[in-house]
Amino acid sequence: MSTILEVKAITKRYGGLTAVNAVSFDVAEGEILSVIGPNGAGKSTLFKLISSFVPATSGEVLFRGAKISDLAPHKVARMGVVRTFQETTIFKSMTVRENIIVAHQLRAKASLLGFFIGSAQARADEEAFGASADDIVDFLGLGAIRDELASNLPQGHLRALGMAIGLATNPTVLLLDEPFAGMNHDETMNMVANVRRLRDERGVTVLLVEHDMPAVMKISDRIVVINFGEKIAEGTPAEIQANPRVIEAYLGSEDAAIGM
Amino acid sequence: MNTQKLLGVAGFLFAVFVLVPWGIAASGRWDFYYTLTSVALLSIGAAGVWLTFYIGRINIGQGAYALMGGYVSAVLIMKAGISFWATLPLAGLFCAVISVLIGLPILRLRGVYFAMVTLVLTEVTRLTALALSVTNGAKGITSIPLPGELSLFGLTIVPDFATMQNPKLAFYLLAATLMVLSYAALWRIVNSRLGHLCRSLQQNEELASSIGVNTAYLRVLAYAISSFFGGIAGAVFVAISQSIYPSSFVVTDSVNFMLYCFLGGLGYVFGPMLGTLLLYFGWDLLSIAKQYQLLIYSSAMIALMLAVPNGVLSLLDRKGGRK
Repeated sequence: MSTILEVKAITKRYGGLTAVNAVSFDVAEGEILSVIGPNGAGKSTLFKLISSFVPATSGEVLFRGAKISDLAPHKVARMGVVRTFQETTIFKSMTVRENIIVAHQLRAKASLLGFFIGSAQARADEEAFGASADDIVDFLGLGAIRDELASNLPQGHLRALGMAIGLATNPTVLLLDEPFAGMNHDETMNMVANVRRLRDERGVTVLLVEHDMPAVMKISDRIVVINFGEKIAEGTPAEIQANPRVIEAYLGSEDAAIGM
Repeated sequence: MNTQKLLGVAGFLFAVFVLVPWGIAASGRWDFYYTLTSVALLSIGAAGVWLTFYIGRINIGQGAYALMGGYVSAVLIMKAGISFWATLPLAGLFCAVISVLIGLPILRLRGVYFAMVTLVLTEVTRLTALALSVTNGAKGITSIPLPGELSLFGLTIVPDFATMQNPKLAFYLLAATLMVLSYAALWRIVNSRLGHLCRSLQQNEELASSIGVNTAYLRVLAYAISSFFGGIAGAVFVAISQSIYPSSFVVTDSVNFMLYCFLGGLGYVFGPMLGTLLLYFGWDLLSIAKQYQLLIYSSAMIALMLAVPNGVLSLLDRKGGRK
């Protein structure tokens, strides 16, 4: 498998505080890689750096060899690196289907003027977006809430919708920010299966930040562990579970005997 | 478009272009022409303000563009001898270009910060008009000739206003036509993917940019269209009054444009039109209350905002049982 994303010594300082300190790792095409770490370890900042939502203080992120860490977020998205949000960030006053349709912007071939006058290309786009949105709705099993207003949805469905929005952009790399947060066991297992299928059936490379350890261990090909803004470990789930530095970071060294 | 909508549009056009002139001729209230012409023009400006609301920005600066549009038209007519009809689109375009320059930095601001800057903009424009020599300072530009003949390929579309028996009717028809065109454009924007994208901006700019919407571009575009409407409205106002002064459009006018949108309904394309009609016409009718005019007007406005916070048009939805 070839490397698709390279994070090279990326650093972010807010005044005197170093949120992310010289973190480096590679993501291989088609893998599911999780970034974990205790609260406040800098995971979310790292995500914002990769998707270029905040500028890096130093270091860079390369996507297929090209630097993306100083581009505008919509340009990074256009290249195929798309993030979902930790907060339940969706378009609240739109239905589920409308949310997904509007998220097809990256695939629009018609210009804004074309959409205004209703050109042939614009109508073709609209039709394609509608069909693709229905496809995504079915893929994620959201059929029952297709025309529900997003503001009426429970947490679990909002996460799924966030992922659906990400999918609509036809990403090469999808960054999922805490996709299992606020979900019960069944919802989590369902989501784990969906993320797997995303990779297996659509070939999407997935990078995720997550707290839910059982889910992370189940889903990840590899795991990167961050603590106090620095990478402390990297490896397969089995390696990470056995890594003393990780256990120390999570449990404190004296509790290491408990194991993870 | 379904039959019901088509009938609605036909009914509206009939009312504007046939019923109103007929009603005024029958009642002899010729002064209503001026009022209704103003309503039509102000609602064009309000349509622009409404569009900036639609991308999630509170715009209290439309008066600035109305003033700019007015001056562009006046200066071009008086100094360059250009026909009013040519200055009309030029006034709109001038405002659109200026609004792009101003919008690029200020549209990054949100909420009350953007609102404050736009509020200041009206005052800055007034002071600029006062200071420049091309606008003739405080003396303003007066004795502007009425619009001349508009002809296309030798075919007269609009005769010279100066030769007309009833220029008031002609101005009303001009304003109403422009209003219909503006709202048709606005309706089309809102009901195309363009509107869908604007709504995505209004609801969550961060998410919009993460799905590939060029938010900065779309914001500036919406603001430029908004200012284009403002400029057009201002230019026609100047043609009617045949004069323009730095105080022709002031902060109060900017605030009014915003109020028309609020009261008509921010969620409805035709909200600003209805809001303008109710508020402007209401103010006019209340002149019979003499010194209590402002008191009654403002009390009614407070009552309306409390009773229908989503605008007058939201009453329709409530009756229809829709959400």
